[in-house]
Amino acid sequence: MLNIRDRMIQLLLVVVLFGGWELGVKAGMIDPFFFPSPLSIGGKVVEWVSDTSFYRHLNITVLETVLGYVVGTLLGVVIGVWLGLARRAARILDPFIKAINAIPRVVLAPVFVLWLGLGLWSKVALAVTLVFFITFFNALQGVREVNPVILSNSRILGASRFDMLRHVYLPAAATWILSSLRTSVGFAVVGAIIGEYLGSSAGLGHLIAQSEGNFDAVGVFAGIVVLAIFVLVIDTLLTWLEGRLITWKPKDGQERPA
Amino acid sequence: MSAYPRPVAADATTPRPLNSQPKVRIDNVTMSFGAFTAVRDVNLTVADGEFLAIVGPTGCGKSTILNAIAGLLKPTKGSITLAGKPVNGVSHDVGYLFQQDALLPWKTVEQNVELGLQFRGVAPDERARQSRAWLEKVGLKGFEKRYPHQLSGGQKKRVQLAQALIVNPEVILMDEPFSALDIHTRHLMQSELLRLWQENRKSVVLITHDLEEAISLGDRVVVLAAGPASTVVDSFSVDLPRPRNVAEIMMDPQFMDLYRKIWSSLKTEVEKSYAQHP
Repeated sequence: MLNIRDRMIQLLLVVVLFGGWELGVKAGMIDPFFFPSPLSIGGKVVEWVSDTSFYRHLNITVLETVLGYVVGTLLGVVIGVWLGLARRAARILDPFIKAINAIPRVVLAPVFVLWLGLGLWSKVALAVTLVFFITFFNALQGVREVNPVILSNSRILGASRFDMLRHVYLPAAATWILSSLRTSVGFAVVGAIIGEYLGSSAGLGHLIAQSEGNFDAVGVFAGIVVLAIFVLVIDTLLTWLEGRLITWKPKDGQERPA
Repeated sequence: MSAYPRPVAADATTPRPLNSQPKVRIDNVTMSFGAFTAVRDVNLTVADGEFLAIVGPTGCGKSTILNAIAGLLKPTKGSITLAGKPVNGVSHDVGYLFQQDALLPWKTVEQNVELGLQFRGVAPDERARQSRAWLEKVGLKGFEKRYPHQLSGGQKKRVQLAQALIVNPEVILMDEPFSALDIHTRHLMQSELLRLWQENRKSVVLITHDLEEAISLGDRVVVLAAGPASTVVDSFSVDLPRPRNVAEIMMDPQFMDLYRKIWSSLKTEVEKSYAQHP
């Protein structure tokens, strides 16, 4: 826990950083064409937020992110758990998975635009390719790293294959999967934004691209700020969800010595 | 004065029928892993109601034998029968007490104890009734909703004991179950185990490197040779009266006598083992 003094230091850092920036712009030492003043960026954000058309962009980005996230995560968990259990299939598919994972996902964006058009689905597809592998590798690892003693014990206690999946593998992998869920949220946003940035008619990425086209650095920075807040909100939601789902893990300092 | 309650068993004085069909029969079993042979030509039987302790130097393949009885490992040669049936695949008729923590950390104490019944399709209220009874038996009443990480080492062992015994197994297998516990907790758990065992006298196979534990718990102590290619070298019958007080039994002259006899056999093997892996 942070105490009040630490909080004050954090606040001081923010004031020094942004105050210095603002003063630097005012004093003419920083070129506002490249680094617009924090106040003007804040003003732009407020201007956007109070304009209803902004929410159309926000909604589209949220929709793309959520769809990409959900589809990518589901595919990742299902295929990851499957290959974690099916050793032979995993051995056979391993080089293909590595090869696909080696492709920088951003270069797939034009391919998806070609296949799926400039609308929603090309962005969802890009987000899926980014999210999938993170969840996939974590689910795979989670299933493979189950304590062998627990596996033996459950088998002797009479667990069927389905019992093993439900009572042993999935709960064991859940910690890994949940931690990957938080990492992959950022990637889902990246997928959606890059897709929009490269070609779209709406969304936060579209706003940034538009501002950039007008040499409007304030707009670009305002877009970045909005995105950061966006990701923070989702991350907070997931932290809360994780706390609700994994109740069996020791919280810090709660572990008993053997 | 005894620090532990003296258990009272109805059949403490009556001899057990050792002539009936053996519960576990190990016939000429050889266990190899690639070029490495852990145990070779092991012959061993465990009578109904017999408490068999197996001792041997580290790395002599004690656990391998236990895992073969449980069906977790398949013998390279030879056969194993359990209650008259050949072991083929993981056996559900054994209760296995592992050395390590084998509880499912994401389940509560109660859910862990119920697991074997749940896998057998027992109805939830019957499961709850039996698990409550077992938790009371092992002295963990009131801990039902705890998670394993909230328990001490001894408490976790008690949960494991209840988890293994609730399914009423034909044979109880124990792989150095108390070796990770401190000496006082270990003595407490050992007398607890004897108390539970005396209620219905299942056959037990206990693996240990602690000769004191082997003698104070077992009806018979078997000594295994130093590995690799370990085999049975000696078998000693322990005719100390039951119920026994594990914390004080080592002061008994009969105990010391047995200890000396078995140790002289075990010592040779331990020395051999040290010569191989100093």
